[in-house]
This record gives sequence, structure tokens and C-alpha cells, in this order.
Amino acid sequence: MSVRQSLLAILAEGEQYGYQLRHEFEVRTGRTWPINIGQVYTTLNRLVRDGLVEEAGRQDDGSVTYRLTFAGREEVEKWWQTAVDRGTPNRDEVAIKVALSVTAPGVDALAVVHRQKAEALRVLQEYTKEKRSLPHPAKGEDFARLLVLDHLIFAAEAEARWLDQVGQRLATP
Amino acid sequence: MSNVETPSSAVESEQPQETGRPVLLRLHEATRVHGQGTAVPVHALNGVSLEVRVGELVAVMGPSGSGKSTLLHLAGGLDTPTSGDVVVDGVSIAGLSVKARAALRRRSVGYVFQDLNLVPALTALENVMLPRELDGVSTRQARPEARAALREVGVEDLADRFPEEMSGGQQQRVAIARALVGPRRLVLADEPTGALDSLTGEAIMRVLRARVDDGAAGLLVTHDAQHAAWADRVVFLRDGKMVES
Repeated sequence: MSVRQSLLAILAEGEQYGYQLRHEFEVRTGRTWPINIGQVYTTLNRLVRDGLVEEAGRQDDGSVTYRLTFAGREEVEKWWQTAVDRGTPNRDEVAIKVALSVTAPGVDALAVVHRQKAEALRVLQEYTKEKRSLPHPAKGEDFARLLVLDHLIFAAEAEARWLDQVGQRLATP
Repeated sequence: MSNVETPSSAVESEQPQETGRPVLLRLHEATRVHGQGTAVPVHALNGVSLEVRVGELVAVMGPSGSGKSTLLHLAGGLDTPTSGDVVVDGVSIAGLSVKARAALRRRSVGYVFQDLNLVPALTALENVMLPRELDGVSTRQARPEARAALREVGVEDLADRFPEEMSGGQQQRVAIARALVGPRRLVLADEPTGALDSLTGEAIMRVLRARVDDGAAGLLVTHDAQHAAWADRVVFLRDGKMVES
């Protein structure tokens, strides 16, 4: 879903080749979520099928440029104008594992929580280290990466705090 | 108070790579007991060993009552250990007189608190000059030192402002400048970002980190995991004991 919407949003800025789209997506999201070129073309084919994207031209070597259709433009506009739906929680392996641990026979839930908290703090430190290594103030691609790092840092911190609270609940009969 | 056991493998932080760097603070089996000889002596700190070297920032985390404040008081020579040793800048504080400890504090240690760091009646520059003048350094020498210290934390242009004319983040920068003015190289920070919004807090961590990287050493008490992550190592205290480092 996010790749589909992102590619549409980038195409709204002008027609592009598939590999250009992939490059734009990666660079402008801090190179955090690499996508392979196959995934780009699969997505583009679906967007063409759904009438949101069309071929704009074809080079002699067979490479194709793509552009948005009118419906595609509307779709992008709608994406920017509405909040991403958070009402349906993503399947989160950590939350699922911790929830299962309290009812799974023979599993030490508190130990599961402690290990996971150590991992949250580890990645917190790692992301912070990367943040320190970015130029300050960060610009362009670095700024995009900084924003994504902030996101990852806040998420890791929230997870650590949640795990703390789970630990407290488990320790308080 | 939390009953949560701190994760046993918490933060696999790297040991200082350049172990040749001088140790600015060493606690060896430091124990502080309050109410010794009474029915219920309290072990505020119980056999804590810790080293902070030049270029190192160490964060201390733990629930309230875990001994964080006691650790800072010992590290700053405000208090002495009941047993064990605390060595600040090469000087063991255990055997020092009150007067000698005060001198050691002034010479070697700077503090940054959550708030009320600066003397309201003095400008930023005068606040930073103050510890140097107490050292007996002439105004003529203290002034350029203080200016340099303010420049290093990015607020040289605020030299003539009074604390109330500065934002919380600017005041904390001045406090860091004051903590590390002159020959002082050990900064003890107690929740220095506590009263700040998150971006300003990050800016303060950046300044603290940069000053430490430039040849100081820092011990940072914080409850904020995000800010602790700026440190080279995080130690956890619980019931006066170090759980993991």
C-alpha cells in the first residue's frame, strides 16, 4: 500500500522510468525501505490495470516512461488530503509475542519482556549514533533520513516504555 | 517504584576503545549508608564501581530511590562514601577535609541541573566567569575564558543577557559552558533536558556530547531513554546497586 501510494505521489511530479521511480523513492525516504525493481514494475502494472497510471512513451531499448492518469491525480490528491488510517493496527511481532507469552505454557513472560527491552534500547542507541553522524543541520537526503531516524527512535523508545510497563504489570500480582 | 528487573543484557554498549585516555572519575566499590548504627541503615549506594574517561559520556538510569542522586553527590565530592573510594581527577575524596573537597569540586567538576542553574542577577558571561573568579583567577583572564566557553556551546552572542532574557535551552547551554570553563573537565548533569521540549533537549544533548568529545567527561543522570542513547554507556541502578553496564 505505502509503495503504491508513494510511487503515485512521485509520478505526480512528472513522468518517470521505473528505475527512476525506485531511486526517487529510496533517496527521499532516507534509504530506509529498499525496494527491488521487480516490485516497482509489478506495482506499476497494477496501477496501469487500475487506470491510475499509463505509459507515456517507449524508448528504442524498450524502456517505458509512465505518467499519472486523471484518476491517478485524484488518488494522489486524496492521499495528501487524508490521514493514513491507523485504526487497523499493523501486526506487530513484539506485541503478539509478548501477548502470547503470558498464556504460553512453560514460557517465562518476564524474561521475554526483559530480552525485548534490551533489544529496544540497543536499537535506540544505534539509531542515535547514526543521527549523530549525520551533518548538522541536515539537508536534502540527510534531512529525510533524519526524519525517519527520529521516527525509529521514538518508536523504539515507546516500545521500551511499553515493555517496562508490561514488566511492572507482570511483577504486580 | 518499579519492581522491574532491568534487562540483564541491557545495552551492549561498547567499552571505551581508547582505554589509554585518562580516567576523570573512578568509583571503586563505593557504598553510602545513611543512618549507620541505627536500627534501619539505608544503603543508598551499594558497592558501585564505575569509570568515566576523557571523551566519555556515561548515562545513569534507574527508578527514583535507586541511588542516582547519591551517585552524583559522591562523584561531585558533595558527599563521601561510607566505604570504597571515589577518585575525581586523580584525587581520592575519601580522606579529604570538607575544605579540600570544596576546592577539588571547584577545580575539577562542573554541574548542570534541570533548572535554576544560573545566578539571576548575573549576565551569561558573568555566570560563566563566576567559578573562575572563585578559583582566584583575575577578571582579565576569566573574561576571555568565559567568552570562549560560551562560543563552544554556540551562545557567545548572548553573553550580556540575564538568565530571564534567555530561553530554557539557551540557559542550559550557558550552564554547560560554566560547568566546563577553565580547566574543568568533568561535567555532572542531573536531568539537564528535563524541563525542555524534545527538540531543545536534543540540541542540549548535542552540545553536551560535543563538549565531551572535545576532551571532557560526562556523567548524565536521566530517565529519558532517548537522551541516554547519546551516551557511550548506560548504567542502570536499582536499590543502590549497579544492575548492568
